[in-house]
Amino acid sequence: VRPEPITLDDIEALAVGAWILGTGGGGSPYLGLLNMRRLYTEGHRVERISPLDLEDEDWVAVVSNMGAPLVGQERLTDSRNIARAVEIQEGLLGAKFRAVMSLEIGGGNGIQPLMAAAHLGLPVVDADTMGRAYPEAQMTSVAVGDLRPYPCVLYDPRGIEAVVTSVPSWKWMERVSRRICVELGSIASTCKAPRTGVEVKTWGIHFTLTKAIGIGRRVRAAQRRHEDPVAAILAEARGKLLFRGKVTDVARRTTEGYLRGRVIIDGLDEDRGARLEIAFQNEWVVAWRNGEPLVMSPDLICVLDTVSGEAFGTETIAYGRRVSVIALPAPPVFLNVRGLEHVGPRAFGYDLDFRSVFA
Amino acid sequence: MRRIGVDVGGTNTDAVLLEDGRVVHAVKTPTTEDVTGGIVTALAELARYPEVGRPAIDGVVIGTTHFVNAVVQRRDLAPVAAVRIGLPTGASLPPFCDWPEDLVPNVRGAVFMLEGGHDYDGRPIAPFDEAGMRQAARQIRESGLRAVAVAAVFSPVDPSCEERARAILAEECPEAAVTLSHNLGRIGLLERENAALLNAALITLARDTVAGFTRAIAASGIAAPLYLTQNDGTVMAAQAAVALPVTSFASGATNSMRGAAFLSGLADAMVVDVGGTSTDIGQLRRGFPREANSVVEVGGVRTLFRMPDLLSMGLGGGSIVTRDPLALGPQSVGYRLTREALVFGGDVLTATDAAVAAGLARIGDAGAVAGLPRELVGAVLDAARTRIEDAVDRMKTEAGDLPLVAVGGGAFLVPGRLAGISEVIRVPHGDCANAVGAAIAQVSGETDQVYRDLDRSEAIALAESQAQERAVANGADRASLATVDVEDMPLAYLPGNALRVRVRVAGEMAAPARRAD
Repeated sequence: VRPEPITLDDIEALAVGAWILGTGGGGSPYLGLLNMRRLYTEGHRVERISPLDLEDEDWVAVVSNMGAPLVGQERLTDSRNIARAVEIQEGLLGAKFRAVMSLEIGGGNGIQPLMAAAHLGLPVVDADTMGRAYPEAQMTSVAVGDLRPYPCVLYDPRGIEAVVTSVPSWKWMERVSRRICVELGSIASTCKAPRTGVEVKTWGIHFTLTKAIGIGRRVRAAQRRHEDPVAAILAEARGKLLFRGKVTDVARRTTEGYLRGRVIIDGLDEDRGARLEIAFQNEWVVAWRNGEPLVMSPDLICVLDTVSGEAFGTETIAYGRRVSVIALPAPPVFLNVRGLEHVGPRAFGYDLDFRSVFA
Repeated sequence: MRRIGVDVGGTNTDAVLLEDGRVVHAVKTPTTEDVTGGIVTALAELARYPEVGRPAIDGVVIGTTHFVNAVVQRRDLAPVAAVRIGLPTGASLPPFCDWPEDLVPNVRGAVFMLEGGHDYDGRPIAPFDEAGMRQAARQIRESGLRAVAVAAVFSPVDPSCEERARAILAEECPEAAVTLSHNLGRIGLLERENAALLNAALITLARDTVAGFTRAIAASGIAAPLYLTQNDGTVMAAQAAVALPVTSFASGATNSMRGAAFLSGLADAMVVDVGGTSTDIGQLRRGFPREANSVVEVGGVRTLFRMPDLLSMGLGGGSIVTRDPLALGPQSVGYRLTREALVFGGDVLTATDAAVAAGLARIGDAGAVAGLPRELVGAVLDAARTRIEDAVDRMKTEAGDLPLVAVGGGAFLVPGRLAGISEVIRVPHGDCANAVGAAIAQVSGETDQVYRDLDRSEAIALAESQAQERAVANGADRASLATVDVEDMPLAYLPGNALRVRVRVAGEMAAPARRAD
């Protein structure tokens, strides 16, 4: 096993790439990046390991910051909290973790495992369980794999440690842990059910950390050279440009604790005269071109600033923005019947048969 | 109503006398190093008209970029004691954690982090550590720091911790000038705190500058209250503005857009302000500039100021034309236009020269450009048109055609027809639109808060009434208040239909007799 150092430059790129893979959700990685800059200034360093190098019986801590992104703008991410959640989980497990791993590479949670790793002296596994961001606990590869959903640790720096010890399903884990999270102020540092090395090798979505860093690097390089950053992302992540236009309407509403709504984009350039409508539930879920379904989850839908290539979130997208809508390929684990039950269009309430733009 | 509006720009100080909605006089003088010198000159020029001052002037309104320039140029900044209230949350990201390194030594005097603050729903995170606050206040007094910025977690939802901190500071170090973050901003602790830190660093400069403005007005023999214009096109009484210098950061650009709205009589339009070196493009909505949604960096510091959403580009009347290949700007002869441009006997080909050659402007000696090749003149004006057209299209957020108001000294570069524009309008006194914008500025009030267990219309109505109270407290006439902006955002994951609502209202300045204070 040869751990590979992660440089601060990698992390700067990760912040850009993870935000793009957030597909509109997951919260901005900016505060996580600030924490990492500080930790690196203090001398901390983090390494990554390949999921394929894990021993079958190794234990891996799966971490995420749970809650409303807006709350995170006030109760700022503190790198020590996520490390504490891992320590609590380790106490319950009665064994040492070999490494930490992200629940979701998309958004701010792409950086959470690096913070835990810096404090705990553990490497980060180059993998996650979504390959993007999703809003709910059962929308993961480990849930598709029907792995054990518990115990889940939620930590609050006021000295509150909550553990969901047992639940009959991932959906119950979502309901119960969400309720606890709301009680804590709609934000909590969480360490999900520990995973074994063999589970990560079988069910983890591999090399997504490297992928996010790679996307971020290409965008930053294109920005520096005044080249088209959207084209750079498409090349780096084998994506497809679906639409270019200008946002002409945004409607948002909160239902059942999620941010839902629709964005209307009127076409420009080659798409002039056409209209794209994208529905979201925290993340972009389905897009219709002139009323016909064009792209849907689990394909990744990314709405990017046409000029800078940086991502727009569902909470921050606004009238008048010039956007390029692209699709990136979904992790294969979500493309079979079981995967689509968890994250296909019907899982979000759209009566559509999944058809990939990459098919 | 008689008001004098003054705009202190980088090159010129403009002043206008506005009487009952009409520009009576306008003067332009060079801006001076000390800022107030230009104002003294401009007011003296204006005072030469015998009717100025009779009947009395109701107010002098000044717009200035002085404070933002101090941040950008890293000068005249005072060291600040930062007080963050929110432990045990956010401990790893203390005040100044994302400031540019070259600015930190100028401003970071001391940092104190204390327990307290609130959750989004108003529950305390932890009881406010008053003993710790008292101890910090004593240390601040002993260290000699006189500027303090206080930021508590979710203070826009519940400002009580910040207010209690100010009371304790008043007891322990009464001479300190205290900035509270909830007076400046919205949700987003780091950005709101940064605004408070910048503000605290500028308070001494603001006091000195406003004292200079007051002396300049007195010296010109005008007896009228002084107001400063804000980023959002409204005014604040000078006394109050001294405490919040950061809220005037972008007032120059805002004033020219507001002036364009006034001079054209249009409330919804695109505005193109072409100066000597650069062009600003923005959009008027209901008579106010559309605001930028995102984080705004000022001198490298991330903030969430209320700033107009502007696109600036290096194109102006003084833009230098180079050939083979043809290029227009961003280099400009700037204030040397009257020496270096061809029409003024110089030897630099500028955008102005091309406009004069094409008969679009009458400036200097048209004979000096009579020999310019027609294709070259056409190519230069086409280049200007293409860039303006593209920038206008970028900034336009509505699908239908909108009118466009062209202002500024280089407005002749704006072509008469543009894609997506119904009509290009040029107005008298358009070259002093910024001073006109200052003269007509209104008084506003704003709220930005999370509401729960209310339906959308109830939440917005409550926010509107809170914003109206703030506007009246700021000096607005209640009867004239109108809602300028409403923005609502349901909060992901939060229960109880949590809705973040931001409302801004504005109205005419209350007449002196009816002013609350």
